[in-house]
Amino acid sequence: MATLYVDNRIYEVTEGKNLLETCLSLGFDLPYFCWHPAMGSVGACRQCAIKIFKDESDTTGRLVMSCMEPVGKETRISVNHPDAEKFRKQIIEWLMTNHPHDCAVCDEGGSCHLQDMTVMTGHNYRRFEYPKRTYLNQYLGPLINHEMNRCIQCYRCVRFYKDYAGGKDLDVYAAHNHVYFGREKDGILESEFSGNLAEVCPTGVFTDKTLKQHYSRKWDFTFAPSVCQHCSLGCNIIAGERYGELRQITSRYNGDVNGYFICDRGRFGYEVANSPKRLLQPQLKNDNTSFGQEFIINDISELIATSNCIGIGSPRASNESNFALQQLVGKENFFAGLSKQEYQLNQTALKLLQSGVAEISSLKQIEQYDAIVTLGEDLTNTAPMAALAVRQAVRKEPVENAQQTINLASWHDAALREFVQHEHGALFIFHPHATKLDEIATKVTYATPEEIASEGFRIARNIESSADSDPIAAALLKAERPLIIVGTSLFNEDLLNAAGALAHSLQKKGKTPGIFIIQAECNSMGLAMMNTPSVEDAFYKFENNILIVLENDLYRKFPAQQVDELLNKCKQIITFDHIKTHTNEKAGIVVPVGIFSEADGTLINNEGRAQRFFQVFIPQNEWLKESWRWLYTLKALKESTAIDENLSLGTVQQDLIEALPQFKGIEQTAPDEDFRLNGQKIPRSPHRYSGRTAIQANINVSEPKPLEDNDSPMSFTMEGFRGIPPSSATPFFWSPGWNSVQSINKFQIEVGGPLHDGNPGVRLIKPAFTSEFKLSSNKTSLKANEWLAVPIYHIFGSEELSAEADSIQELTPAPYIALNQSSIDKLGIKENEVITIELNKETYQLPVKFRPEITDKIALIPYGLTAMGYIALPGIISIK
Amino acid sequence: MERPLTRNIHPNRPPLTAKEYEMAGGYMAVKQALLKMTPSEVVELIKESNLKGRGGAGFNTGMKWSFVPMGETAPTTKYIVANADEMEPGTFKDRLLLEGNPHQLIEGMIVAAYAIQATQGYVFLRFAYKEAAIRITKAIIEAYAEGYLGDHILGTGFSLHLHLHTGVGRYMCGEETALLNALEGKRATPRAKPPFPQVSGLFGKPTIVNNVETLCNIPHIINNGADWFKSLSYSEDGGTKLYGVSGNVKTPGCWELPMGVSMRELIEEHAGGMKDGYKFRGVLPGGASTDFLIEQHLDIKMDFKSVSMAGSRLGTGTMIVLDDKTCPVGFVHNLEQFFARESCGWCTPCREGLPWVEKILWSIEQGKGASNDIELLFEHARLLGPGNTFCALAPGAVEPLQSALKYFREDFEQHIHQRKCPYD
Repeated sequence: MATLYVDNRIYEVTEGKNLLETCLSLGFDLPYFCWHPAMGSVGACRQCAIKIFKDESDTTGRLVMSCMEPVGKETRISVNHPDAEKFRKQIIEWLMTNHPHDCAVCDEGGSCHLQDMTVMTGHNYRRFEYPKRTYLNQYLGPLINHEMNRCIQCYRCVRFYKDYAGGKDLDVYAAHNHVYFGREKDGILESEFSGNLAEVCPTGVFTDKTLKQHYSRKWDFTFAPSVCQHCSLGCNIIAGERYGELRQITSRYNGDVNGYFICDRGRFGYEVANSPKRLLQPQLKNDNTSFGQEFIINDISELIATSNCIGIGSPRASNESNFALQQLVGKENFFAGLSKQEYQLNQTALKLLQSGVAEISSLKQIEQYDAIVTLGEDLTNTAPMAALAVRQAVRKEPVENAQQTINLASWHDAALREFVQHEHGALFIFHPHATKLDEIATKVTYATPEEIASEGFRIARNIESSADSDPIAAALLKAERPLIIVGTSLFNEDLLNAAGALAHSLQKKGKTPGIFIIQAECNSMGLAMMNTPSVEDAFYKFENNILIVLENDLYRKFPAQQVDELLNKCKQIITFDHIKTHTNEKAGIVVPVGIFSEADGTLINNEGRAQRFFQVFIPQNEWLKESWRWLYTLKALKESTAIDENLSLGTVQQDLIEALPQFKGIEQTAPDEDFRLNGQKIPRSPHRYSGRTAIQANINVSEPKPLEDNDSPMSFTMEGFRGIPPSSATPFFWSPGWNSVQSINKFQIEVGGPLHDGNPGVRLIKPAFTSEFKLSSNKTSLKANEWLAVPIYHIFGSEELSAEADSIQELTPAPYIALNQSSIDKLGIKENEVITIELNKETYQLPVKFRPEITDKIALIPYGLTAMGYIALPGIISIK
Repeated sequence: MERPLTRNIHPNRPPLTAKEYEMAGGYMAVKQALLKMTPSEVVELIKESNLKGRGGAGFNTGMKWSFVPMGETAPTTKYIVANADEMEPGTFKDRLLLEGNPHQLIEGMIVAAYAIQATQGYVFLRFAYKEAAIRITKAIIEAYAEGYLGDHILGTGFSLHLHLHTGVGRYMCGEETALLNALEGKRATPRAKPPFPQVSGLFGKPTIVNNVETLCNIPHIINNGADWFKSLSYSEDGGTKLYGVSGNVKTPGCWELPMGVSMRELIEEHAGGMKDGYKFRGVLPGGASTDFLIEQHLDIKMDFKSVSMAGSRLGTGTMIVLDDKTCPVGFVHNLEQFFARESCGWCTPCREGLPWVEKILWSIEQGKGASNDIELLFEHARLLGPGNTFCALAPGAVEPLQSALKYFREDFEQHIHQRKCPYD
């Protein structure tokens, strides 16, 4: 501990941190621009100036930038010294000389760090009388808008984009008062994390382009804390609504999961909620007339009362909805809407996490490992934020080295990067094709999934025998904290076994390895934890039964012909979903339900962390309720018990825990609906929410009664508790004087640390030691004209829901097949030529792409593209 | 009077070849240092000679070298860099050394590299010095051929590989850390210190960046000793110095003179005094980024301490004389225009403050100045001072401004009151 005197008041603080973060943690309002808690200090903007004094007798002091000065054993500073205040005010005046002052038409207005800092320093009178410099803006793609005139040159954008996220196509150009932040020429930003520019930029240079189409000021939003639905990592997000429409997703800080950032799929995939693919009205087969709710629900309840029902759950439905369906149809009739293979993969993944051979790493903890092996997972495309975390992890070893050898503080970003240069810690990547992380890898091996698994087993054996000849085994043994990243995306169970064997071998050598398993969907783990057999096991049951499909498109999981056959065997098909799917088209009754922003529930992410997502708003469309709510109603009707009109999520969770005790803990993911602070609810809207009395005046001049929320302690209005709510129920970050997202500092125990009362989420998996891993992999043999088709994933397009978002569709590739040079030569074809392939008795016509790095007998086929339909991957293809 | 630096430089003749340089006593210092001295002895000798950096800051060179990590645990790659990015307006002393005797620089660099055990060297040359580039390239090839560069120099275990890097013409690159960034292929923005380049420099490795003139002094100190070097000087700073005078003087030029020669002697004797019809008004003693001195200061010694006590800096030792027919506002505007343009754009005060200063000066010069403009200029001069900005560019840039406001304030006021430039 060190002693810090701030304007002669004593504080106990941590030695070695910089004075800016220390002052912010102590609650001082010290303005800054270039410093960022995740990116450290560079000292460029000069905004955070304070006075520092040598000792008690020093009355003159010295002006320093607080972000660049460490806290010493005893440090004396003044934040409010007139010299420092004058200088900080002058910095803003300088920054403002060229700023367009277009707040009224700027998307950032109202959540702008530059506005906040300008007010904070007190600069309010313009003395600069000369013309402003102007720039041309660039087209940066469908996600990010560029307005360079607003730039104050804090360099945060390039520091995030290039240094932190490894992007290549955004840079600084020109010099002096004409520096330009943009691309070499107009074009789509290539980074998967470009959306964070909108949050990193302290003003309106980079803004969310999708928000522009239905813009609202921050203060006019209704927000709720939510969880991203577009991959298995469960990044925390804030979802914002205005006029009954989901309009914006921003990152919600969680020090254990996503930290400050989210990926572009998570930020922009929300548009699915407003897309034409959205299911808003019930559909009855062969009948286009619309029916009342009561009629349809009664219809369904009559149907299910008369026949046996089969329920199919979903890896993208909440735990509560899956459970409600299980309750409705009975445990023996409830099946996971996954292929047998996928079911098995998820079970093996769960067992691996439970096995105790490795510590389960959280997403953010990845950054703390000093040697990483990835076995068959293209993180950038299957779990993008994990790729971002790996980029930070490989810096750990050289950064620690810099700290030891030349005594550099961990926040001294530019100096650290200078010292570290291109050095990085051990990262070994095994994958069928090149991935974006290859550039930071120690070694990359391109191989088939089977070969990767057998490599994993081989390294495990080498670790056990301490074979020095194997550099990977040696590196893992040398590391203080080795991490194994694996996943289900290549549909190869041996990869998971190999990861388990690797971890086990390290454990036997006295190491504490970490494991991180990527899964397919946002609640794959939740469905796996229900231990529900695959629907493939129940195909025989379909005969003359009623089938209820929950938020699942079977046509994405099974060959069309097989699904057709199955569905035809059913007496009636009832589906509950929020988007239009091929399965819905076949259903007799389609019930529209609320998408995540219209629903409450919990998801379990890839590390077994249960996380709560809250309803953002209650749609006017009365159909759009949670699936679990509909299913509970149906159950009541079926059992002729009273319908609980005030059914709350808490009640469903209690039932769930009772029936499935492995879910104990999900009730703690958020405070319950009766929770109050000072007797008040937590408001979903900022207190400056405007036009409440006028917003529906065209319909009725009387202000309607605010809607009630039975499921959470949050109100749908601006009234309520004005302070820091529990971390899991924080709808937005705002603090007096801090209107922008930078206000997050005020919600953390210390800057960059955990949120007050802890980071949200409850880990449900408690590892207990068992180890049963197969120790060898299968071998597939291929004939001369056969190739092994392996899925290749695309961040934009491979995931079902986000693929329907307009902006993401612009970035989705067209279907293709990728082959290497020798395959192309052998077939005598040219790049882009359309070839016919046969896979699983189906033929497909695909243009050929050239991938030089893949091995001879591999063909890559994009996974999950809407334009492609279901393809049985991996599989053996023959090419004509 | 001894003139070690320029002894072998002959106007209108090509520089000495390696062979000729050797015949004139060249590369003796390399032999002396590499064969007879340990690296630490070289560092000690240079320290003792009190050689101060000739690039402007005037830091003890031997001291600077002594911060480089040495021994077993030190990084294996270290760098020596010659700062030949001479872009200070009014300064042309290094050019004389670079074009006149490139082998002297190379010899200095070999000894310096030996002292810190650097294995790679770079000459970072100003883009506009085309002729120097040709001559240095030739000299480097010759030095390799003679075995003074390359592996196992003079049969010792010491190796040095020397490269010429020509910049793209940015003033900023004169700042040693910005120079290193540029050398790495990055933007020429300065780095925060600490860590100093001696510890984390080029490519994150220990690096010494020395001015060309500084390095050229090294061989002579090795050959003749510290006491000899000190004896060359009129002042406590050792050695000779290349001084330059430009402006409306009769014979502008560059001369090697004992350190501490008086300003009056320089202007009146060596530069031949003011041109007929011009009167002396003031002088920037060490290049564009130093404070004006005036008539009353003419007798001060041109060494680091004396000039600093008079309220300015020796800088590069190459002065620009202001006469009575040149408008001081226009003069300062010209300088500030240069500095504003050469700001790298990294930190706010320099990037936004200097263009503002430039615009105010321009409007005053155009007769459009307002009464509060002088106050604004004062404020900028104060707020752009040392410590407030990321590097020394802006503090240097406002030195001529603040002293012009001090000594020539009436000129500024006249411009504003008469609504025109009185010198037009």
